[in-house]
Amino acid sequence: MKAVLGFAALSLIAAVLAISLSQVPFGVDRMEVARYYLENGASDTGAANLVTSVVLNYRALDTLGEVTVLFIASLGVGAFLALRRRGEGSLPPASLIVRRGSQFLFPLILIFGAYIFLHGHLTPGGGFQGGAVIASAFLLMFLGQYEYSLSHRPLSITESLAGLTFVIVGLIGIAAGGYFLSNFLPKGSLLSLFSAGVIPILYVAIGFKVGAELAGIVAAMLGPRGEE
Amino acid sequence: MIYISLLTVAMLGAGVAAYFLKDLIAAVVACAAVSLIASLLFYLLQAPDVAMAEAAIGAGLSTAVFVIAIRKTERYEK
Repeated sequence: MKAVLGFAALSLIAAVLAISLSQVPFGVDRMEVARYYLENGASDTGAANLVTSVVLNYRALDTLGEVTVLFIASLGVGAFLALRRRGEGSLPPASLIVRRGSQFLFPLILIFGAYIFLHGHLTPGGGFQGGAVIASAFLLMFLGQYEYSLSHRPLSITESLAGLTFVIVGLIGIAAGGYFLSNFLPKGSLLSLFSAGVIPILYVAIGFKVGAELAGIVAAMLGPRGEE
Repeated sequence: MIYISLLTVAMLGAGVAAYFLKDLIAAVVACAAVSLIASLLFYLLQAPDVAMAEAAIGAGLSTAVFVIAIRKTERYEK
């Protein structure tokens, strides 16, 4: 009986799929939305990087959702791991070269991350990539220096301020342009740093937010550090 | 084109190695190799944005998170 029901359900699904797929014309370009973005992206948004024009203009609301998902994930990691207190035992300190090398590279990696999200509308990359690079700088410090630790409060303040900036810019967009996250600032000239309206502001906010969240996840995974 | 195919084969090999390795640290390094080759492929296939995210998150941060988790639990699969 079960097998018959299952077979009937499967044949129904197969029939519906076959009928609807047979309506799709074969060999015809269906990517009309993508073609619109390719043709009008730069003039609509002022961003030279087409991926950015999709992520922060046409689909900016989805990006807000994405940032929220990451926020909830880091909140979950923090909630699971923050209460646990277990000593790491005594690790031998890293060698002088590793410690000094990580200290030397740390600001350079931070600057590179900031460069990536500041130029998100001009070159490949953006807030997520720049934030991940910044978090990897903190990871290098965690790995290179046993006593290095991040306190929780500045991270959460950065995260909250960046999230608030995103939402407030979106709300100003309602007042100025009629819909959430509308690009209300002047678009400027293509390929200059101060162009593309609100996109650089949003990407700076996303860069700080993602960097703080990912660094916070790594810090929570490592647990309490230093002398215990 | 040959270069891309070679990279794809290497990526598959690293993925299979990650499945069969019993030393979990080695398996995580194999996963990182998959991510690294994937980011290289993204770059070669003209998706530099995705390549950057994959290199930083897939090969860098998630590897570190896995290694930290393994160090706090057990290193060898039973």
